Amino acid sequence: MAHFPKPAAGSWTENWPELGTAPVNYEDSIDPEHYRLEQEAIFKKLWLNVGRVERLPRKGSYFTKEMPSVGVGTSVIIVKDTDGEVRAFYNMCRHRGNKLVWNDYPGEEVSGNCRQFTCKYHAWRYSLKGDLTFVQQEEEFFDLEKAKFGLVPVRCEIWEGFIFINFDNDAEPLVDYLGPFAKGLEGYPFHEMTETYTYRSEVNANWKLFIDAFTEFYHAPVLHQKQATKEEADKLLGYGFEALHYDLQGDHAMISSWGGMSPPKDPSMVKPIERVLHSGLFGPWDRPDIKGILPDELPPAINPARQPSWGTDSFEFFPNFTLLFWAPGWYLTYHYWPTAVDKHIFEATLYFVPPNNTRQRLSQELAAVTFKEYAFQDANTLEATQTMINTRVVTDFPLCDQEILLRHLHKTAGDYVKEYKGVKATV
Amino acid sequence: MSKLPSEFADLERFTDWCLPTEQERYTKRLASTMAEMQVFYDAAFGRLEDAMVYLDARFPLHEMPDDAKALMHLMQSLVNVSFPVEVWKQPRVLDSGAAYIELIKEPVV
Repeated sequence: MAHFPKPAAGSWTENWPELGTAPVNYEDSIDPEHYRLEQEAIFKKLWLNVGRVERLPRKGSYFTKEMPSVGVGTSVIIVKDTDGEVRAFYNMCRHRGNKLVWNDYPGEEVSGNCRQFTCKYHAWRYSLKGDLTFVQQEEEFFDLEKAKFGLVPVRCEIWEGFIFINFDNDAEPLVDYLGPFAKGLEGYPFHEMTETYTYRSEVNANWKLFIDAFTEFYHAPVLHQKQATKEEADKLLGYGFEALHYDLQGDHAMISSWGGMSPPKDPSMVKPIERVLHSGLFGPWDRPDIKGILPDELPPAINPARQPSWGTDSFEFFPNFTLLFWAPGWYLTYHYWPTAVDKHIFEATLYFVPPNNTRQRLSQELAAVTFKEYAFQDANTLEATQTMINTRVVTDFPLCDQEILLRHLHKTAGDYVKEYKGVKATV
Repeated sequence: MSKLPSEFADLERFTDWCLPTEQERYTKRLASTMAEMQVFYDAAFGRLEDAMVYLDARFPLHEMPDDAKALMHLMQSLVNVSFPVEVWKQPRVLDSGAAYIELIKEPVV
């Protein structure tokens, strides 16, 4: 029985006929050649989020980001230059190709503050704008024009404090790529939410499988049932899951969901620690004292159905950036960075308004701990899925209407690969 | 020498749970038996509300003396062990197998 209205087409999925309703083939998650094409067609071509501007508090603040999804070894430096502009460069010295910014271990990401970049190898120096400013024993070189040996730039643009880079110099502007969802999210008080918890995991599953896991909540009453009290878990299992709303805009998609646990209608529905700390999976129940997070203050893209029972919205910005908002006034991001067809690095960051006292701090602590407990179950399930689909005993899988975003994800990724192959074939 | 404020002397026997980072707290959780965590949980849970009232009446969050910080770290450990005690009945997350997720950046009190 439907608890929430569906589109006139009869289902969410049929509202977008191009998605079809047939079982979906998962060869795209097990074929190494397909993954290689995804790197070329998707990760080298589209805008990729690498974090937020708060990571660069001052002029000269920088961090490095390893980008194995783009190609083995690819590494970038993101820096705030002397004019306060955020720039990105390949992390590579122009002299003989040494990695420019790293500490003890070249493969580890680093951050800090500096006036210039100096190569460890022969002390070539670069300004924060990427210009080559000093060459050791310059007179020993032959007709070296320093102006031609600056750091190689990477496209870098910012939306609402989120830093994106793009390895394709011909890519459309960031805001055009992000489209109507991003426009509809503008004004959310991201800048107030600077208390962060960052998680990382190496997951033995295709990157799309984890996005699959987080873009349907059909699994939630089942996989996570032990995390709720017995009576509550039974009730949730009986209801099953229905989203309030789904929307697709080009490559991007969103799911809007209810969430009655922040605060719960009856305290006996939740665990003892949640009752004392007023917190749980949906975050601290007591909203922080900032503007922009109350139901009628939220930007139009959030809770698009304007449902009073709204609890959380998840926006999937293709290819690998999730922005998830929680009703009590915080958000989180997910990034999925493939390193092989059956491996990826999963990153999650929770963003809260900085707490004023121990009560708020412990409330956030419980939300952060709860997040990790759930993520463990999600991550482990993926490895079980990957090993089974690798066998190809079954190749096509039926997806229900609550799994529309999975259908959209695999179709979008597949279309990029198809288009890339088509262009290659005509060259 | 006591590590916690004198008002919380009853928790002094659990000061090995006064750990500033999540990684330390989580590691200790995995290395503990359910019986050890149950005893710690039963004692600390009963003082959680008292601890918040005590700390918030006296100190700004980022200006706590060492004994207050120790109490805060102990209560952060309580939050971590609440999952094995209240939910899993085992130190590890149920059905988590070989999966590993690390908290690599957190605000430390």
